[in-house]
Amino acid sequence: MSTENLQLSPADMLHADTNQYLTFMLNGEEYGVEILRVQGIQGWDTVTPIPSSPSYVLGVMNLRGAIVPIIDLRKRFAMQSIEFGPTTVIIVVRVENADKARTIGMVVDAVSEVYRVDEQTVQAMPDFGGNVRADFIKGLSTVDDKMLILLDIDKLLTIKDVTVAAA
Amino acid sequence: MSLDLDMAEIHAIFFEESAEGVDVMESGLLNLTPENTDIETINNIFRAAHSMKGGAATFGFLNISSFTHGVETILDEMRSGQRDATEEVIEVLLASVDCIRDMLAASQNQTEADQGNIDSVQQKIDALLNNKAPAGIKSQPVKKPVSASSAVPSRGWKIHYAPESNIFKTGNEPKRLLRELAAMGDMSIVSSLGDDADFDSMDPESCYTSWDIELRGDIEKAAVVDVFEWVSNQSEIRIEALQKEDADVPENKLAESTEQTDAPSAQVVAAPKQAATQSAPKDSGSIRVSIDKIDMLLNLVGELVITQSMLARFGDKENAGGDAQGLRDGLLVLERHTRELQESAMQIRMLPIGASFSRFKRLVRDMSTKLGKKVELKLSGENTELDKTVLEKMSDPLVHLVRNSLDHGIEMPADRIAAGKPETGVLHLSAYHEGGNIVIKVSDDGAGLNRSKILQKAIERGIVAAGEVLSDDQINNLIFQPGFSTADQVSDLSGRGVGMDVVRRNILDLGGRIDLQSTLGQGSTLKIRLPLTLAILDGQLVRVGDQVYIFSLLSIVETVLVSKGQISKVVGTGNVYRLRDDYIPVIRLHEAFNMSSETLFSDSEEKKGELLVVVESDGKKMGLFVDELMEQQQVVIKSLEENYLPVKGLAGATILGDGNVALIIDVPGLVHSIDMRQLENAPQSSAA
Repeated sequence: MSTENLQLSPADMLHADTNQYLTFMLNGEEYGVEILRVQGIQGWDTVTPIPSSPSYVLGVMNLRGAIVPIIDLRKRFAMQSIEFGPTTVIIVVRVENADKARTIGMVVDAVSEVYRVDEQTVQAMPDFGGNVRADFIKGLSTVDDKMLILLDIDKLLTIKDVTVAAA
Repeated sequence: MSLDLDMAEIHAIFFEESAEGVDVMESGLLNLTPENTDIETINNIFRAAHSMKGGAATFGFLNISSFTHGVETILDEMRSGQRDATEEVIEVLLASVDCIRDMLAASQNQTEADQGNIDSVQQKIDALLNNKAPAGIKSQPVKKPVSASSAVPSRGWKIHYAPESNIFKTGNEPKRLLRELAAMGDMSIVSSLGDDADFDSMDPESCYTSWDIELRGDIEKAAVVDVFEWVSNQSEIRIEALQKEDADVPENKLAESTEQTDAPSAQVVAAPKQAATQSAPKDSGSIRVSIDKIDMLLNLVGELVITQSMLARFGDKENAGGDAQGLRDGLLVLERHTRELQESAMQIRMLPIGASFSRFKRLVRDMSTKLGKKVELKLSGENTELDKTVLEKMSDPLVHLVRNSLDHGIEMPADRIAAGKPETGVLHLSAYHEGGNIVIKVSDDGAGLNRSKILQKAIERGIVAAGEVLSDDQINNLIFQPGFSTADQVSDLSGRGVGMDVVRRNILDLGGRIDLQSTLGQGSTLKIRLPLTLAILDGQLVRVGDQVYIFSLLSIVETVLVSKGQISKVVGTGNVYRLRDDYIPVIRLHEAFNMSSETLFSDSEEKKGELLVVVESDGKKMGLFVDELMEQQQVVIKSLEENYLPVKGLAGATILGDGNVALIIDVPGLVHSIDMRQLENAPQSSAA
C-alpha cells in the first residue's frame, strides 16, 4: 500500500472508489475478481461435458438446482493444464453480457485473499504488441508490493467464441 | 362431465381475468391526465377493455360487452389521436370502469347491478361519442349526478381532507384522490401535520397529514364528493363553497355550510372490496390449487415422517445389526414416498393444456354460428403438460389467435366451395414438445394472408413508407404491429388490430416466440414456441461411455440389438441400418456431438453387438447407438440457455438422483440435422 493510502482514515477507505477483490492463483500469478460478483466458492466435482463446446468449457454442473457451465481458466488463458489438486476450486461468479446475466463457474488453482483496491491506482494493461490476449484483463494493481491482475469476467464467456467453436 | 359444470368453471376464469382487466384500466386511467397522455398507457387501457369485451361477448354477458364497446370506441379514438384525453373523458371512463366492475360483480354473484348508475354513465358515453369535438363543450345537460347529494356549481370548492391515520392500511392512497381533484380544475393545496404528530414517535405506515385544498373551476359538488366516496367513512372531509375573496385565506376551518359527506351506503360497503383489489400486487404469482392436491401432499408428508421414524430405529441399534431386511424395506418405502411426493409437488404446477383447449369448443361453435361459417375444431396433444403460469398467460393470446383464424382466416362456405375447398373449414389446435420447446400451433385451412392488402394498409397507416420493398416474412410480421388491422369493418369479434400485438407481447414476456406461415388461399399457421423451463418429461436414461443421456420416452420407437455386420456404409453420408423394410440412418452420439471417443467403446461390447435405440420425429426414424439402457424416470427439464447457450442436439439438462447433470437429447433436432446432411450428400440413401 502506498504511504498516501496509509494516511486515510477507515471512513475514507469506504470511499466509492475502492472495491473489494477476491484473488486467486493461476499458474503462479495472482488474479482478482470483484467480490460482489462472486456467488460462492466450491470444491472441484465431476462435470457433465457439453457437446460442441469450446475446449475451455469443461461442462456443466448442478449448482443448487441450476445448470451452470464450468470453464477452465487455465485453458481459457491458453496456459498449460495441470492435474486438479486438493486446492483446486471453482469460483462461481455472475457475468453480464449484452444480452443477459449468467452464472458460471471458473476453475482456478487456489483461492488467495480478499483485498481492497483503490480503483484510481489501477493501471491499464501494458501493450504487449498483439501476442497476448488482454481482453479479459481490466488492469493491474499493486497490493503489498504484489501485482494483482484484475479480471474483466464479463468477457470470459463470449457468445462469439462459443458459437464459432460450435460451428 | 356436464356442460353446466364446464361453463361454471369457464365463467370463473372469465371473471378472474376481467377483474384483472378492470384493475389495469383503472390504474391506467388514473395515470392519465390531460397534460400527460402517454400513448402506451392508452394502448394498455384499450387492450384491457378489448379483451374484456371479447370475453363478455363470448360468454353471453351482453350487457357488459355492449357497455364496454362504447368505452372501447372512445379509447380507440383517443389512441388514434382523434380525441383528446380531457378531464371529462377520463372521468367518464373512470365512471364506466366502476360500472363494469359493478356489472361483473353482479353477474358473478347473480345479483342486480346498479342499473340507474350504469344508464347515466352510458348516457355520458353516448354523449361523448355523438360529440366528435368535445373540447370546450361541456356535457352539462346529460351529466347526471352519480351520487345522491348534489349542489349548484360554484366558482370552486374549499375542501378539508383529514384521513384517519390508518388510511394506508386500507389500501387507499390520498395522493390518488388529490390527483383526481387536480384533474377537475385549478387546485392549490396546503398540507399540515396533525396536532398529535410527534416526530419521534411517528409510525412510517400511518398518515399524519391533512390537506386544505382550494379547487377553482366550474365543478359540481357531486363530482367532488365522488372523489372521496371510498374514504368518506374513514376521514374527516369538509367541502365548502369557495367565496370570491376566499382564495387567500389560509385557515379553512370556517364552519359555514360545512357538510359531512355522506356517500350512499351501498358504496360504503363496496369500499373495503375496492381497497383489497388495489392493495393486491398486479401479478401476485399465486396459483389456485385444489384442496385434494394439497391433502394428498400432506398425506404423503405424513407418511414420510412415519418412514423417517421407522428408519431412525436402525440408527439407534446400528451395532446390533442383523436387521438388514428391515432396513431395506424401510428404504424401499422411503423411495416410493419420495417419488410420490415429488410427483404430486410437480402436479401442483403442471397442467395439461387440454383444459385450456377445451374452452375453445364453445368459442368456435358460437363464433362460427354468428359468422355463418362452418368450422371443425381439431385438437391434438391435449396431454402436453405446461407450467400453470405459462398456461394461464397463454390463454388470452390463444383466444385472440382462434378468433382471428375464425374471423379472418376461414372463409364463408360459399367462398370455400368456389375456391374448390371443402365447405367446412378446419381449425387445428395442437401442442407438442420440440427441440427443447413446447410448441402450440394454431392452423387453419382458410384464405391465408393477403400480403398485398397488408402492405397497402401498412402504407396507409404510415407503418411502412410507400415504395419500400419488404420480404414476405417482413410483411407477415406487420400484423404484429400495434393498431394494425386489415378488416374493413370493425366488429365486436375482431378487426381493431389489437389481437396480434397483445399476443406477441404476451409470448415474448414468457420468453417464447411466435412465427407465422401463410399461403394465400391455403391457410395460415401460427406457431408459438415456449421454453420448457419447468416442464417435465418421461425420460429413458441411457449410458454412452461414462455419460448418461436422456431420451424422451415418447420419441423412442424400439430398441434393437445389432451386430456389426448389419450396419452398412453409404458413401459420403455415414451408416445405415436395415430395420425390417426401411433403411434408417444410424449415428453414434459422440460423433454427432463432436466428442472424443476414447472412453466410449470397448472392444468386447462391439463383438457382442450393440444396442441401437430407434427414435422417430416428424415421421422420420433414425438409430442411435447406446452402451446401456438404464431406468426410466420422470425428469425435470432445466434450461441450458439460462447460464450457458442453446446447444444443438440437446433439449436441456436435468439433475439425476446422485446430483450429477445429465443431458437431454433433442431427438427432433438430431433427426432434422441428419436429414439436412443427407439432402446435401446423398439424397437417395434409402435406396442403398
